[in-house]
Amino acid sequence: MMRDSRLHVPHPPARPGQTPDFSYLQISPAGALARPEVTAAFTDIELLATGMVRVLDEQHQAVGPWNPHLEPDELQVGLRHMLLTRLFDQRMQMIQRQGRISFYVRSLGEEAVSVAQTMALRPDDMLFPSYRNQGLHIARGHSLVELMCQCLSNTRDMCKGRQMPVMYHWGSGNIFSISGNLATQYPQAVGWAMAAALKGEDRIAAAWIGEGSSAEADFHHGMTFAAVYRAPVILNIVNNQWAISSFQGVAGGEQRSFAARGPGYGIAGIRVDGNDFLALHAVTAWAAERARRGSGATLIEPVTYRASAHSTSDDPARYRPRDDWQAWPLGDPIERLKQHLIALGEWSTQRHEQLVAQLEAHVVECWMQAQQSGTMTEGPRLDPRTMFEDVLATMPPHLVRQRQQLDRELLAATQDVQPT
Amino acid sequence: MPQMNMIQAINSALDVMLERDASVVLMGEDVGYFGGVFRCTDGLQRKYGEQRVLDTPIAEGGIVGAAIGMGVHGLKPVVEIQFADYAYPAFDQIVSELARLRYRTAGEFHAAVTVRMPCGGGIRGGQTHSQSPEGIFTHVCGIKVVMPSNPYDAKGLLISAIEDADPVIFFEPKRIYSGPFDGEPEKAAVPWSAHPGGEVPAGHYGIPLSRAQIVRAGSQVTVLAYGTMVHVAQAAVTRSGVDAEIIDLRTLAPLDTDTLCESVNRTGRCVIVHEATRFGGFGAELSATVQEACFWNLLAPIERVTGWDTPYPHAFEWEYFPGPDRIAAALVRVMEAA
Repeated sequence: MMRDSRLHVPHPPARPGQTPDFSYLQISPAGALARPEVTAAFTDIELLATGMVRVLDEQHQAVGPWNPHLEPDELQVGLRHMLLTRLFDQRMQMIQRQGRISFYVRSLGEEAVSVAQTMALRPDDMLFPSYRNQGLHIARGHSLVELMCQCLSNTRDMCKGRQMPVMYHWGSGNIFSISGNLATQYPQAVGWAMAAALKGEDRIAAAWIGEGSSAEADFHHGMTFAAVYRAPVILNIVNNQWAISSFQGVAGGEQRSFAARGPGYGIAGIRVDGNDFLALHAVTAWAAERARRGSGATLIEPVTYRASAHSTSDDPARYRPRDDWQAWPLGDPIERLKQHLIALGEWSTQRHEQLVAQLEAHVVECWMQAQQSGTMTEGPRLDPRTMFEDVLATMPPHLVRQRQQLDRELLAATQDVQPT
Repeated sequence: MPQMNMIQAINSALDVMLERDASVVLMGEDVGYFGGVFRCTDGLQRKYGEQRVLDTPIAEGGIVGAAIGMGVHGLKPVVEIQFADYAYPAFDQIVSELARLRYRTAGEFHAAVTVRMPCGGGIRGGQTHSQSPEGIFTHVCGIKVVMPSNPYDAKGLLISAIEDADPVIFFEPKRIYSGPFDGEPEKAAVPWSAHPGGEVPAGHYGIPLSRAQIVRAGSQVTVLAYGTMVHVAQAAVTRSGVDAEIIDLRTLAPLDTDTLCESVNRTGRCVIVHEATRFGGFGAELSATVQEACFWNLLAPIERVTGWDTPYPHAFEWEYFPGPDRIAAALVRVMEAA
């Protein structure tokens, strides 16, 4: 006799038309968790992997042992980077809707992750981003024009038209290339860190993936190698609750936090309020110091919320409540840092509005400049013959022949005759 | 000149490169303290230390992924995949990452990783220790694919592979690790000391990649082979009495098409031999290349002699293996065709 299925299928607490429900989210009060020594044994700090490190309280004050005590001007720089990230995203989203770039990915609601974490690292530390880490580039001062030109695949595109929009890289800024295949950067970051250790450097690596792609084998590979060789690396799982339409329970987050996987591998794990700039900065600085002192890797789970669609190719109203983000208990990272600065007497609504206007103007100016190098529809276009370059270090004969064939096709197209 | 088998020649190449270039590191399963399951890294950890000859977890994807990161940070990792059959967990890291890093970053990042892997059957390895997956890798742009057929070439090609700026998949036909095998398992094993390819200089030398070698000059038919099959083809040619020219491809990608096509244009016939399965295999690419360049000089249809399109069966290795009889029959057929 057939029985009813006993298979458990995870489902999110609310779908379209239902009331947002974040009762599943376990949140520690700000200041509640102890800050251990950076050399602490991972077994002594397992509570960090299931609790949540938070610094900013409901009154916008920085409280508790994780308060990084940043100077107001550093906080203002962080606010500026986050705002610039959001305004850049807004502009690029609009440009995609106008059909002038093919694709875009916003980081709305999770700007603090990239910005605070980058600011807690040294400029020569190597970063291995995911596709929603544009804040890494902005926090390290990469020109928006360069980022825009990449999205445009134009004559100034760092990728020479070979990558979809947002798959940036920046060699001199120590930011690695974005693959598009998920989580592949995890073992690569660990390998980079192993090389740094082998060379006797005190540089470290940091990598980001989403909670969704933490299910990939490369997550396990990265964690295993990081643990085995005590690689000086910070491995982040940005838990923004959503992997396109699948909520974090589908990635394995229902029973246990993602950070708790760290201690399972013998690696320190820290769950942190991903919309709390100060907590993120403090936790990342702690992990960086731990790595530099030879105490090994840290797995950090910034808990945040993907306020925008996954990309310009999906509509979140099809799979979650429209007002989900408004109900998100950890708020908006920009608003929280702004209120903290105001509470410190170091910021005001007026200054904030001025900054927004100034940054908006900057984004527009960058966009005007980026278009000079061509768009998908106008202006100069990359030479398609360059597609044969960089397959190998030296172009092999068969690619030379294929390029010659393309030459004939291009020539024939201009003369409106059949290619020979 | 020193006599070496292929294992010793590969060991010597790694030794030479570890000595010459501080950025060379070896990593893989059992390659360190133990010296590798086939002994190719024997003694190297003792000589160069455990920082440069690393035992790794059993995680091919992790090994190649970590090697890419090391390569990005300026090291030249030489990784061993214990059997080519185990390469598939690393496939994404090889195909999507290693092969395309230079391209996708327009040259800003690259990783010069060499991936060694023993391949081929005839060692009672069953379907998970016998495969010849070279055709899967030759289909990927951005990597080079090499397979030597003797100790001298193995050392020179491996040194060139490690020194190359691009990633290289380096296949080692394990049936000929200890001696040249002509496809007759019942015959007494022949050691490399009885073959000119077993004479291997002790020091540094390179053999250029993408250069095929004519190992037997002939006028009636061109045989294209690589790895173990070079020796099997030689036995088949002797058996058939056909005056065949045998070309050892040595590098499969990028391919030395000039040497191949010059020969076929001269002989007018072509037989392609590989141990791997047939459908969609590397022989199909060779056949198409020859046909495109030599069609008007061909006197007979191009023949492919390969393993059957089945997994490599444990109990029927020699019925599966494209031995000298199967090759000789093809040689006779192309001679009878015209």
